[in-house]
Amino acid sequence: MSDTIPVLELRKVDKSFGPIDVLHEISLKVNKGEVLCLLGDNGAGKSTLIMNLCGVQQPTRGDILMDGEKVSFQGPKDAADRGIATVHQFGGTFPLMSIGRSFFVGVEPTKGWGPFKIYDRKRANEIAVKAVQDFGITRIDDGDRLVGGLSGGERQSLAIARAVHFGARVLILDEPTAALGVKQAAHVLRIVNEAKRRGLAVIFITHQVMHAMAVGDHFAVLIRGAVAADFKRGDKTREEITDLMAGGETMADLEANIAGYMETHDGHPPTIVA
Amino acid sequence: MKILGSFLRRPEAGAILSLLAVIAFYVFFGGVHLERLVKAASWVNFAANLGVVAIPVGLLMIGGEIDISIGAMIPAGSMTTAILSGYYGLPIEVGMLGALSIGVLVGLVNGLLAVRTAVPSLIITLGTLVGMQGVVLSGSVLLTGNTSVSLEAPYWAKFMFGQLMGGTHQVIILWWIAFALIFAFVLHKSRFGNWIYAMGGDKKSARNAGIPTERLTIILFILSATSASFVGMCQAILFNSAQVSGGMSYIFNTIVSVVVGGVLLTGGFGSVLGFFIGTLTFAIVSQGIYFTNIDRNWSNLIIGTMLLLAVAMNETFRILALGYPAVKKKEVRA
Ligand SMILES: Nc1ncnc2c1ncn2[C@@H]1O[C@H](COP(=O)(O)OP(=O)(O)OP(=O)(O)O)[C@@H](O)[C@H]1O
Ligand SMILES: [Mg+2]
Repeated sequence: MSDTIPVLELRKVDKSFGPIDVLHEISLKVNKGEVLCLLGDNGAGKSTLIMNLCGVQQPTRGDILMDGEKVSFQGPKDAADRGIATVHQFGGTFPLMSIGRSFFVGVEPTKGWGPFKIYDRKRANEIAVKAVQDFGITRIDDGDRLVGGLSGGERQSLAIARAVHFGARVLILDEPTAALGVKQAAHVLRIVNEAKRRGLAVIFITHQVMHAMAVGDHFAVLIRGAVAADFKRGDKTREEITDLMAGGETMADLEANIAGYMETHDGHPPTIVA
Repeated sequence: MKILGSFLRRPEAGAILSLLAVIAFYVFFGGVHLERLVKAASWVNFAANLGVVAIPVGLLMIGGEIDISIGAMIPAGSMTTAILSGYYGLPIEVGMLGALSIGVLVGLVNGLLAVRTAVPSLIITLGTLVGMQGVVLSGSVLLTGNTSVSLEAPYWAKFMFGQLMGGTHQVIILWWIAFALIFAFVLHKSRFGNWIYAMGGDKKSARNAGIPTERLTIILFILSATSASFVGMCQAILFNSAQVSGGMSYIFNTIVSVVVGGVLLTGGFGSVLGFFIGTLTFAIVSQGIYFTNIDRNWSNLIIGTMLLLAVAMNETFRILALGYPAVKKKEVRA
């Protein structure tokens, strides 16, 4: 069955920048209709990993497979053509462009012929507005509105709707809920679930265990560029995952440390260095 | 109300209001002779020469780059035409081709440096500005032993590029209008235009979306340098001579024009109509003052004030543009 062949698979992927090894023998799989949550501390290598998946960087060693076949992405367009859509941690939207224009950046619909092909604003707006509304964001009803006027959650939703619209098979989201409030984050999580329901393979990066547990089917924890743990939903408790994300040290240990420090320092918490 | 709201959201709103304000100022405080001003050629000629360069410079600024080497490319264009076709007596086609080629070449160098190095384009084009001044000066002295060269262009070239329509209006006015129409089409109606906005808005995301940002950047630099050498070429054909000096004022003037025209210094926002009106406004302030009873020494103060006011207005309108029309919000709530 094709269902058992992962849509995207990494086999022993290494990435170094000169002498600095950032990723070490990463092996991971994502299936259709499944959310893989990539967890890890700051600097663990999560963003670097997805840069290699979306063609912005190339792995130093190791293989990337799609549908069981080896692939190599020479650039972001290569990966996009293969159906890998990425919503990056920073940026990704154009605040001063209209919703319609930014939705179709790089693949603008046109009408007319030859040198007189013109950008089809009406059609672009219609399709863009419909695509976001289908994801439940009915507040967006005007494709001429500038993206910068949307809330953070709406912008993330727009980016996800865009990826799904253009036939993405793998959706990579780098901390889409990082800067969002509770309600906005819930919104984005709903959209991730909707993308999953539509059969996309999703790689979801987050620092928030609650967000990961809300949508994740599969979890991988990166510690200093290596996969430290790889488990299924329900295999571990929230506390265990939190501990893993803190880099192996248990939260209880950390709390005990702080408590001990406070006892010997007249009840002052430790000052944070670095 | 709704019409006013959507007008103020447009990038050229500040430019249009600046133009009206300047005219009103000249009428009420300068006792301007409006009829004489409208019929006069001086400010229209000034605007056209400036405008041909301002449009591609504005496009570059929407794309997040800047080009000040145009200050050297105007004399480079006129000297190349005059040296090849005047001093060496080659056919005018050769001189014209030479002028445009030097524009393409310097634009290519600017563009390549901008995409290959991490040096900001202000510094890159400052380098090529000074460098090209040296090349033009020493090249002219070396080849002709002089810093000014005369040129006799044939009738057709004069007709096309150096004619005085009605004895007063330079034919470059028509070129300016044509360029404005073409670039307005490209920027606002074609896919290429969308790419420029995307690139200026966020270069990395634009590249990730598959837009050939490097090629686009190089093309925009070629357009700005070539348009400057085109203006130089037209001037040489019109005045029957070329000098190595001049052109530097264009740097300052184009930037003021496009900024008044609504471009954002950080890129991603602006319109060709805005650049057109910004240039007109600038020309009316600096040349129209001769038709008022205001001492012309004040014109720079007016330009400075207008620049600050226009930028403040543009900033306000842009914030407005980001918001949602108030009228609509009420409809939704009801
Ligand atoms: N181009 C590069 N050259 C050298 N080192 C790099 C480069 N890119 C990333 N690194 C290093 O690789 C490590 C992993 O970075 P990465 O951005 O992948 O972390 P992350 O897991 O996404 O962190 P965060 O949660 O803060 O986003 C960091 O130590 C970073 O400094
Ligand atoms: Mg990261």
